[in-house]
Amino acid sequence: MVIPRWIPGKVSGMPLLIAVLLLFPLTTGNEFHLDIATQMALIAATVVGLNLLVGYAGQVSLGHAAFFAIGAYGSAVLTSTYGWSAVPALLGSAALVAAIAWLFGRPLLRLKGHYLSMATLGFGIIVAIVINNEGWLTGGPDGMAVAPFSIFGFELSVFDDYTLWGVEVTGALLWYVVAAFLLVVAVWIALNIIDSPIGRALRAVHGSEVAARVVGVDTAHYKLMIFVVSAIYASVMGSFYAHYTGFITPELATFEHSIELITMVVLGGMGSTFGVIIGAVLLLLLPQLLADFQQYEMLLFGLILMLTMIFMPKGLLPTLCQLFTRVLDRSRLSARRRDET
Amino acid sequence: MLAEFLQYLIAGVTIGATYALVALGFTLVYNASHVINFAQGEMLMIGGMATVALLALGVPLPLAIALAILTAALLGLLLHRLAIAPARQADVVTLIIITIGAAIFLRGIAQVIWGRDYHSLPSFSQPEAINLFGATMYTQSLWVLGISAMVVILLALFFARTAVGRATLAVCMNKRAARLMGVRVEWVLTLAFTLAAVLGAIAGVVAAPITLTSYDIGIMLGLKGFVAAAIGGLGSGVGAIVGGLLLGISEAMTAGYLSSDYKDAVAFLLILLILLFMPRGLFGSREAERV
Amino acid sequence: MRTLSRTPARTLARRTLALVAALACGGLTAPLLAADPIRIGAFVSATGPASLLGDPELKTLELYVEKINEQGGVLGRELELIHYDDAGRASEARRYANRLLRSDRVDLLIGGSTTGTTMAAVPLAERAGRPLISMAGAIEITEPVRPWIFKTPQTDRMAAERVLEDMQQRGIERIGLISGTDSFGRSGREQTHAIAADYGIEIVADRTYGPQDTDMTSQLTRIRNTEGVEAVFNFGFGQGPAIVTRNYAHLGIELPLYQSHGVASDRFLELVGSAGEGVRLPASPLLVPDALPEDDPQRPVVQAYKEAYEARWGESVSTFGGYAYDALMLAVEAMEKAGTTEPEAVRSALERIEGFVGVTGTFNLSPEDHNGLDPSSFRLLEVRDGRWHLVD
Repeated sequence: MVIPRWIPGKVSGMPLLIAVLLLFPLTTGNEFHLDIATQMALIAATVVGLNLLVGYAGQVSLGHAAFFAIGAYGSAVLTSTYGWSAVPALLGSAALVAAIAWLFGRPLLRLKGHYLSMATLGFGIIVAIVINNEGWLTGGPDGMAVAPFSIFGFELSVFDDYTLWGVEVTGALLWYVVAAFLLVVAVWIALNIIDSPIGRALRAVHGSEVAARVVGVDTAHYKLMIFVVSAIYASVMGSFYAHYTGFITPELATFEHSIELITMVVLGGMGSTFGVIIGAVLLLLLPQLLADFQQYEMLLFGLILMLTMIFMPKGLLPTLCQLFTRVLDRSRLSARRRDET
Repeated sequence: MLAEFLQYLIAGVTIGATYALVALGFTLVYNASHVINFAQGEMLMIGGMATVALLALGVPLPLAIALAILTAALLGLLLHRLAIAPARQADVVTLIIITIGAAIFLRGIAQVIWGRDYHSLPSFSQPEAINLFGATMYTQSLWVLGISAMVVILLALFFARTAVGRATLAVCMNKRAARLMGVRVEWVLTLAFTLAAVLGAIAGVVAAPITLTSYDIGIMLGLKGFVAAAIGGLGSGVGAIVGGLLLGISEAMTAGYLSSDYKDAVAFLLILLILLFMPRGLFGSREAERV
Repeated sequence: MRTLSRTPARTLARRTLALVAALACGGLTAPLLAADPIRIGAFVSATGPASLLGDPELKTLELYVEKINEQGGVLGRELELIHYDDAGRASEARRYANRLLRSDRVDLLIGGSTTGTTMAAVPLAERAGRPLISMAGAIEITEPVRPWIFKTPQTDRMAAERVLEDMQQRGIERIGLISGTDSFGRSGREQTHAIAADYGIEIVADRTYGPQDTDMTSQLTRIRNTEGVEAVFNFGFGQGPAIVTRNYAHLGIELPLYQSHGVASDRFLELVGSAGEGVRLPASPLLVPDALPEDDPQRPVVQAYKEAYEARWGESVSTFGGYAYDALMLAVEAMEKAGTTEPEAVRSALERIEGFVGVTGTFNLSPEDHNGLDPSSFRLLEVRDGRWHLVD
């Protein structure tokens, strides 16, 4: 009953992810596909961070879109309006987000229940309202343009062409490479956190605070760290997203966007780092696939989401893996029987 | 001065009563199953839109209202039977995502059947407005308040006096114990979802003459109802009602006296303050955890 | 050291490659080069919160591209409409505009339905050097003038001008302003503030409401109780202004109420019922095709569009579809005037269009004015007995 090592699990997930990311550009020369894939990779990285919170700390943030938006608007305003360069702007925004997360998380994560969800909900909506109202800073409901990501004097814009070592490449391809790299780093950090003492402690006491306290684990502190880390994930990806799309609107901060991020986590499989990536990809792909159904798009989207969760309550990847191992075991079992007879 | 204050109060209490009904629906389902039912706002939409549609077909208003509420009740029942019950082993967050799927699905159906337009519903009675110490009040506001009060009283009686009501309370308090006592837990959960849908639909119907209605009105009003429930501590019936009224009044007062730009933010600021200083909500109950 | 340098356009080799690919994919239909269609790229908000705008716009574009092709196309070539739905999201609009310019290689862009989606695409059209004709209202699109950017609706400033002018004529000096917090309302509010003083009008109360709000009695009560208010102006879009109008009547406010062109549709009349009596607003002549004088040059254009649209789609026309009609017709006019689809020629031809009678108004474009309409293209309407009436 040994599961072969090549089955996508924690061991081989990383090489598989890297392989897929490397192979994807070869399957399409279409700039548009690369563009969509870039967006997916950035959102997926955000969701990998959120999954740490939902899947391991057992807490739901209903305001992650606000962290994402603070990263995006922070970078946009600091670079465009105040002339900062991209990297300090990104770090500054992330620091602000970390401070906010810490401020909320510290008192609330000591309590059991949905308090963090409520607080992040309230905070998220306030951020959305402020972004919408303070047009002098954020461009208001029309949104604002963001300068391309620039580092050491060159600008990386998805809308340009570049010559690299004499080879012509599109900005779309370069951005894809950047986003793919960010996703790999995001996953690598997440896997390390999960395997760290914090991750192991949280998994060991999963569900029961009291048990944790009995064995002397300060779960509240660990949860707080995880919450701050997942908020930083959102902020950093928000910053990159802003530079990449070049134009951001208050929609990034809405409650709906927060719900979308949570849905990606649950759809892909809470606690499964690679699962949530699939969740993000599918949820972003679905509207594109359903676009031809026009007025039935919304109806079908809701139906698919509902049915998937009813029949795969653990999420796509964990359910599929389970199914796969079961089939494998059964075939091996029957093979053994055949050998015995 | 008084007239102005009264005008804000009337506006706030009217919309607040609507929030309160929606919040009660959230609370009911949350207590029974710990699920935050995001399809609650859609039940409100169904109530209003179905009434408008039936009215357009020539059905008299009282019958149209009754049928609309019945439709919502049926949808609430189906939501639990077909979508929540089959996944009962799943994590609560998964169930919440299912209700989000259901909400999008219902909105999608409404959009296909009824289109994207806004619709108005006539006031239940004439004249449409009365004067109250210099402030104007929709007579519909009286309907909203009266019906909300009636619903709350009926609900209270139901839980206190009937066997089914007490069984529901038992499930809310302790599922396993209730099951051992012979309560059919699944049946009670279905009842909670159905009742919540009815509450939402009633809110949608009585408010529609004031608020107008459309396929997507449930997004905003559902969210407000949820916030009201959260202010009340998410799990307390009294809290939901107070939360709803507080939310409505704070919005109206802020829009009138302070900044209309930030009137929605005030309610959410309220949540943050309550959470940071009174984390169990105004009326939240203490919950002990078992090892 | 890494070298990373920009090349403004793609190399010839890549173009040849693309052409070969296109030939291979398109099959070997013989008159391919002769009938090489003119590609019009459109990005509209056909679904989502702005679908009220984008849906009739797309339907209008489809209808008239068909019609023009039936009549032999433009410059002897067919029109090909390539369109994407940005669902009202600026980031999607930007992505699709990029796709239209770089992958689909369109000759001209029509779109954004909203100011946000337009502004997201503006830098791309400028960089690619393709004319873009927007169907959105805000003045920031064409002021300051950008060489490649045009728009067909009147600016929100013109709407404010038209309303303030009428107020001035009625001797009104102090008004209350109420506006939505969405893009349309925000921009309208700004413009009203900017020019009110030119008409000797002071804004003494200024309140807002959210686009999804269901009750505005508090804001209106505040405005009514502000000393000296003589009239109220609501700059908003969607159902919000309908609720404002209903609440206004409910509160028994007797002052004149003005709405913006954002509510100019028959739907508004249905929603407000008797509460709408006396409301005035600036609107496209499309709303009152029969009330236009016989000698009005717009009368035949407006009536033809209305008939064609309603026959094809079985629903009533809206002002917004009219913006798309004008955008397409201006593009066609410019191409015919230029005798080519070469972008720079089309662009400068657009700037030279004069006296072009459209659905929205008569366009007089110039290098200094990329909108070409003046406030008089708005007709001032008043609601009487549940119908629109022209105010002289």
